[in-house]
Amino acid sequence: MQNYEWVTDITAPERVGFFTDSSICIGCKACEVACKEWNALPTEGLEFLALSYDNTGALGSDTWRHVAFIEQKRDGGVRWLMNSDVCKHCTRAACLDVCPTGALFRTEFGTVVVQEDVCNGCGYCIAACPFGVIDRRPADGRAFKCTMCYDRLKGGLQPACATACPTTSIQFGPLHEMRDRARRRVEELHASGVDDARLYLADESDGVEGGGSIFLLLDDPHVYGLPDQPEATTHHLGEMWKTAALAAGAIALGVAGAFLGGRR
Amino acid sequence: MSDSYYGRPYLKTPVWKPEIAGYFWIGGLAGASATLALAARLAGNRRLHRSALGAALAGSVISPALLIDDLGRPERFLNMLRVFKPTSPMSVGSWVLAGFGTTAGGAAVSEFTGVLRPLGRLAEVVAAALGPVLATYTGVLVADTAVPVWHESRRHLPLVFAGGAMASAGGLAAMTTPARRAGPARRLALLGAALELVSAADMERHLGELAAPYRDGDAARAARLGRGLTGAGAGVVALAGRRRLGAIVGGSLLLGGALAERIAVYRAGLQSAREAKP
Repeated sequence: MQNYEWVTDITAPERVGFFTDSSICIGCKACEVACKEWNALPTEGLEFLALSYDNTGALGSDTWRHVAFIEQKRDGGVRWLMNSDVCKHCTRAACLDVCPTGALFRTEFGTVVVQEDVCNGCGYCIAACPFGVIDRRPADGRAFKCTMCYDRLKGGLQPACATACPTTSIQFGPLHEMRDRARRRVEELHASGVDDARLYLADESDGVEGGGSIFLLLDDPHVYGLPDQPEATTHHLGEMWKTAALAAGAIALGVAGAFLGGRR
Repeated sequence: MSDSYYGRPYLKTPVWKPEIAGYFWIGGLAGASATLALAARLAGNRRLHRSALGAALAGSVISPALLIDDLGRPERFLNMLRVFKPTSPMSVGSWVLAGFGTTAGGAAVSEFTGVLRPLGRLAEVVAAALGPVLATYTGVLVADTAVPVWHESRRHLPLVFAGGAMASAGGLAAMTTPARRAGPARRLALLGAALELVSAADMERHLGELAAPYRDGDAARAARLGRGLTGAGAGVVALAGRRRLGAIVGGSLLLGGALAERIAVYRAGLQSAREAKP
């Protein structure tokens, strides 16, 4: 009877997500450090990029949180935008769709994770990601990206970045709750006169059918290095295969025509 | 600076090596050759049958080697056949290549050694059916990415690759078959060259501003070379293809043209990813 109890107790966890509220990001990079630390990510060297306070540059195989810094001249002063970027864990994830080995998979938490013991480094996910998130670790050959701390989630903990964030700019929880919070927050900001505030990937209307990571931004996404209109390439896969079928038919017809069309 | 984040690329540049362009070329050549081989046998043209089957065999050996070399973890190449995933053109392609390699290889070995002829003939039919898929799925492979110049060519790339495959298979068979028996190979080469040139030009027109990599830079040089070689090769095959030297020169030009066109597509993708605006 104990077994019976145990079996019925199986329930899928809710889909979880990040809500990254850039309006309260202070650019401390605690998320970057906590991520590197927890996930034991190798260093990429120390490089001075001279891009405001950003010496990280971009997300990559060894950088799973990246704080962007933008300095804008405004009303005689400077507006300083900061935003902690991360894998979007797309509802329609192109990386996951194109992975030929099944190394990339959708976890029970609704996140997208690479199984490092399966990945053979084919690089398809890298070309397919519309955000330029996933990349190959050169010395290793395989592809790496944010796992939303899959190991911590399994143990009932929050991801390291959300735990380390001192201002609650990075929030974590059930995705529907993150979406509600994001909507409430953007309304609050609009009411207090911050008309620039907008949500990114916060519903299913975009080309990746929404993110498992949603953002509140204060300018157009491209200002932060995010595509204004991201699209999962596999939306058009049917059209592509139809064209390939037509092209394959052209070869068959061409060969047949080459024999029928002449005397010699 | 308000255009994008310090002008930095927002996409990752594909990590695929130039060998991948070689694979698109050899795979196309092998695929169309298998179909040509079957047609030649059905038409009773044994010399052409054997030439084309030999090309299919060679291609089916070289193709996987080029692909495996391109992996970050080559020792794990068998993971490609761990699952079958219709949403992944690379998964579909791996299965097609595995099926094609087995059947084209088997058919050729049977033909040249006389072993298990009935099975060899069956394998030849399967290879002839898979060949055109092998030659064109690669267009889907690169189109199914976030790279703008590839993704926006999704209605053209399979046709460009089909044209190149026909031109290469026809050109090589015309070189390796006595001219008297190579008429169908020459006609296939000309049809292929025409399809390649027309569909590549249409692709550039369709791309509009996105075609920039094909107009200036590394990719543009390869594209111009490819179109020049293909055009010249078609001319030589049409005018002098019945002579041995004409077939060799014309066939070589067509093979070179198809390779250069694929290198152009490959390079255009890398440049497009680097220069894409978010």
